[in-house]
Amino acid sequence: MHTAIDQAVSDGDSVYLAGFTHLIPFAAGHEIVRQGYTDLHLIRATPDLIYDQLIAAGVASRVTFSWAGNPGVGSLRAFRRAVEDGVPNAIEIDEYTHFGLTARLAAGARGLPFMPVRTFAGSDLPEQNENIRRVESPFGDDEIYAVPPLCPNVAVVRAQRGDVSGNAHVWGIPGEIPEVALAAETVILSVEEIVDEQVIRSDPNRTLVPGSAVDYVVEEPYGSHPSYAQGCYDRDNQAYLEWNEISESQASIEEWLDEWVYGVTDRREYLEKLDSERLLDLKPSTEYATPIDMGGY
Amino acid sequence: MTDTEPEADDSIDSSEPDYTSTELMVTTAARELRDDESVLVGVGVPNLACNLAKRTHAPNLRMIYESGTIDSNPSSLPLSIGDPVLATGAVGVVPMFEGFSKYLQGGRIDVGFLGGAQIDRYGNINSTVIGDYEDPAVRLPGSGGACEIASNAHRTLVITPHQKRRFPEEVDFVTSPGYVDGREGREELGLRGGPEAIITDLAVMRFDEDGELYAETLHPGVSRDEVQNATGWTLAFADDVETTPTPDTEDLRLLREELDPDGVYLE
Repeated sequence: MHTAIDQAVSDGDSVYLAGFTHLIPFAAGHEIVRQGYTDLHLIRATPDLIYDQLIAAGVASRVTFSWAGNPGVGSLRAFRRAVEDGVPNAIEIDEYTHFGLTARLAAGARGLPFMPVRTFAGSDLPEQNENIRRVESPFGDDEIYAVPPLCPNVAVVRAQRGDVSGNAHVWGIPGEIPEVALAAETVILSVEEIVDEQVIRSDPNRTLVPGSAVDYVVEEPYGSHPSYAQGCYDRDNQAYLEWNEISESQASIEEWLDEWVYGVTDRREYLEKLDSERLLDLKPSTEYATPIDMGGY
Repeated sequence: MTDTEPEADDSIDSSEPDYTSTELMVTTAARELRDDESVLVGVGVPNLACNLAKRTHAPNLRMIYESGTIDSNPSSLPLSIGDPVLATGAVGVVPMFEGFSKYLQGGRIDVGFLGGAQIDRYGNINSTVIGDYEDPAVRLPGSGGACEIASNAHRTLVITPHQKRRFPEEVDFVTSPGYVDGREGREELGLRGGPEAIITDLAVMRFDEDGELYAETLHPGVSRDEVQNATGWTLAFADDVETTPTPDTEDLRLLREELDPDGVYLE
């Protein structure tokens, strides 16, 4: 991950760490912090704890989002401090709704100049964002809102398994992963496990990320902790609750970053530092899908 | 009353309610849901309401979450709308863009739940900022999927505490449109559906012909003054204001023993 981030990311880039609650690239985010980037434009539907950490680390100057909270817990305090008080630095915000933001990615992935969406009418959001515009339908009197394509400079997407070419299987909540992977200019794929190409080819309907879109492949078990990977480990809800306390002040976040991000060299060291009992507790029981027969032809 | 009165009567003492105000809100919301509907669920109290409806009068209710899980069948209480328990055992799981564009925008969601920090008399909701957008006093999480749920579901429901600051004359920011400035205002914008009911810890409110809120029922023991004092404008009351029906024993058993045994949301 060190090499992939080092080669893919530059100061000033727009970066999308994908995954809706599920498969969030925490390890990649921590690597971005360690490498000390500045002036990044961070994009995520739900900034989640990972962007709270990146914002507090001072790497961001702009954040594009659609829901900025600690899911199931409460506020994203570092995000709020940056917006309300400019701590540790002021950030510009670019705000959408979930549909509006994923529609921008969908337009980017499909090479379209805009995507029409039935949302925003009657809301005050269009007044705050010039990228949300009302247009007339070319086929009638209907008016509709439209958003432009979004093609981040760099995206990190995660999957349970992928081959060395970057073809990846995702199961559970795909979120915006399929759109981001095809919209971004440079894509880093991080997987729980690298598997033989034949495993991918045995179940082609499960492939959400095509290798042709991927520039770097990294194998990083538990790379999404404290979020989760369906079937591999559950969300570490305790960590989400603890973040609510840790993020109460910029100083206590810096202390946490010193210990858990700057204080380790990579995800392996992070995992060694975590209590192994804690990781074992996150292991779900098995619930296998019934195998299908693709048929041999 | 004699000294031979059986002791068992203590357990059916009707002066003390045997439910909490959260339990009353959950059961009231559950009764708004019909069998064989598709409901876009939120976590917390709406999730309990949907699961309760599914286990009582609406066994074929399809619970859909904005994370893209279709007809979820959670074996335990989800901690967020993206909880893995919503994917395991679901009928389908789709990418977010597909969920919002095909299911919600496509008209396949009968009822959606919304929440917010402020709600006005037309059901317009603010979940974005308190104060000025450019220089907010409090920065709230923002829309998430709320604006599109408010715009595309066939009807929406809100469950919220009833406080004056939550029901101001005017919201600081419209995140999600209700009836805008009246039912016609909503119609002119071409929005589908609209808010159906707002369930608070004091009352159930609905929208009149003009799209303005009125109190339909008051919860047991709640006075008109209490409701009015917790509302930022002169609230209309139904001509025949009745008392909100209370949870029955089976509702309470399901909620306490099966749906939220640890009291995460029921306190």
